[in-house]
Amino acid sequence: MQAGWEHFDHGADIGVRGHGPTESAAFEQAAMALTAVITDPGGVAARQSVPLGCEAADDELLLAAWLNALVFEMAVRRMLFARFSVVIEDAPMRPGRAPSPWETGSPAATHVDTRAAGRRQLRAVAEGEPLDPARHHPAVEVKGATLTALRVAREGDGWLAQTVVDV
Amino acid sequence: MNPGAFERRGPREWVLPASGAMHVPAVFVADEALLRAMDDKVREQAANVAMLPGIVRASYVMPDAHWGYGFPIGGVAAFDAGAGGVVCAGGVGFDVSCGVRCLLTALRRPDVMAVQHRLADALFERIPAGVGSTGAIRLGAADMDAMLAGGARWAVRRGWGHEGDLERVEDRGQALHAKPGKVSEHAKRRQREEMGTLGSGNHYLEVQEVAEIFDARAAAGFGLEAGAVVVMIHCGSRGLGHQIGTEFLAEMAAAAPRYGIRLPDRELACAPILSDLGQDYLGAMRAAINCALANRQILTALVRQVFADVLPQAGAMPLLYDVSHNTCKAERHAVDGRERELYVHRKGATRALGPGHPDLPPALRPFGQPVLIGGSMGTGSYVLAGTERGEALAFASACHGAGRALSRHQACRRWQGRQVIDELAARGIVVRCPSSRGVAEEAPGAYKDVDAVVDAADAAGLACKVARLAPLVCIKG
Repeated sequence: MQAGWEHFDHGADIGVRGHGPTESAAFEQAAMALTAVITDPGGVAARQSVPLGCEAADDELLLAAWLNALVFEMAVRRMLFARFSVVIEDAPMRPGRAPSPWETGSPAATHVDTRAAGRRQLRAVAEGEPLDPARHHPAVEVKGATLTALRVAREGDGWLAQTVVDV
Repeated sequence: MNPGAFERRGPREWVLPASGAMHVPAVFVADEALLRAMDDKVREQAANVAMLPGIVRASYVMPDAHWGYGFPIGGVAAFDAGAGGVVCAGGVGFDVSCGVRCLLTALRRPDVMAVQHRLADALFERIPAGVGSTGAIRLGAADMDAMLAGGARWAVRRGWGHEGDLERVEDRGQALHAKPGKVSEHAKRRQREEMGTLGSGNHYLEVQEVAEIFDARAAAGFGLEAGAVVVMIHCGSRGLGHQIGTEFLAEMAAAAPRYGIRLPDRELACAPILSDLGQDYLGAMRAAINCALANRQILTALVRQVFADVLPQAGAMPLLYDVSHNTCKAERHAVDGRERELYVHRKGATRALGPGHPDLPPALRPFGQPVLIGGSMGTGSYVLAGTERGEALAFASACHGAGRALSRHQACRRWQGRQVIDELAARGIVVRCPSSRGVAEEAPGAYKDVDAVVDAADAAGLACKVARLAPLVCIKG
């Protein structure tokens, strides 16, 4: 399967879909589709590299986490990205994960499954450049990746990765 | 959507009876044409909301509803903490406390038309708008927490506006019980340079003319008269609210099983109100409400500065009102003759308190709460007033805007930004926007007929029409 991306319609917002020969390639293409929500990715030069990483309970939540990590970096660095290199693997087993800020001190936290088994992690490098409104003509900012129409799956001889982003 | 799936309770009330895992029915308030035009997904989402623990009376859908995430946009649902009720990050959304405020001026239409382009240029220059725009205000850690606790009240204390503004903002400008400590550093970092910015997408600032009065008494009470000029600002909690929505959505989705909650849709991620996670979300979400209120207050001060320079005869530009349409609020409502505290989620829906409500400032109390309905550039906007009937109909809630009819892609295929701007200019409406594609995506034709939405809300009794506003200048984010 050749790598590529597309958008799909969702009411007020936009669906981003990547596909490719591997899961990592599909995630990279979904990120291209994310950039294309904002601007033409062809007009974004790969001048600066930003390393990224995230972890989630499954592949689908990992896609949402990946796109949200990019949304965050775009927002705080005032950057656009147009080239991505992604590695996805099982998260290493460890006795427990650090509780999130919301679980700290919570009685409910004692019920949290602290095993890392089954969790997935992503390491990536995103390449891009500072946003230049006069040149990039950004249409809209992405608020976040939702869990709507979220799907990561093998499809034919390749992979598909998609979700809807809130704009 | 096929109306045949509903029991018709009245000309504009459609009931989807509780079935399967639904605890309560879903009630749609719309005329038949609006109902037919809604996507089937709206029905599915409203039914899913009715399955959440502790929901009271019904899952409500407003006339402008469309397919959202988890909740439909235009969805209203109330939960009782004592009955195991939940607070749902998906029921508030990413843009926490997105809302609209309306400023009155002493101007008439000809005053604006004489300097229309100069005014548009000055507003466009002074109001940071569009992707990546930054405000002039940089908040350190202590100021950030003070802002998140204080909302518009904090902004007024810092010199952006005056005390009189506060009573014209929901909750008098400050969501109480906000917990800035529960807002992540990521969220605060995203907000560091975004105070006093408009954002993008459907956010805008418009100079409008009061084009039509429907209720002379309420209009007079609100300070509106035909031909007068007002300014409407539509924006939300910017990056901070988006980040809070993102983080708690993931957190609640992961935590639901340990609370024994089976989510019909992951996007309905929620936690019991009385759980630590539920309380933490409420604290962070209220901080995001304060961020939105502070942001709109700062924008108000910037707008007043521009008018003082370009059209000083605009006067003090008092605030008519400020409403938020993505919130969860603890409110008291009568259910089966008994008053209960409920956590009312309004996702793309406006609170609409009826006349006499004690939470309204004395000057507005005889008329009901102003309900501000935003349009999109060429389409009109509306001022409505809350009604007594709205309380019984949908926990004092009303619609929030026109709602999209076409997706952004469909809009881009149909229109070009330049074409939209030229067509609006021919109608006497001046648009300034940093992005041509952004204008095409927000073309007036991409939205439902706001007149039909407002007529349905009025006829159903959710809120009553007071005035229609027509745009003269639009600054798009």
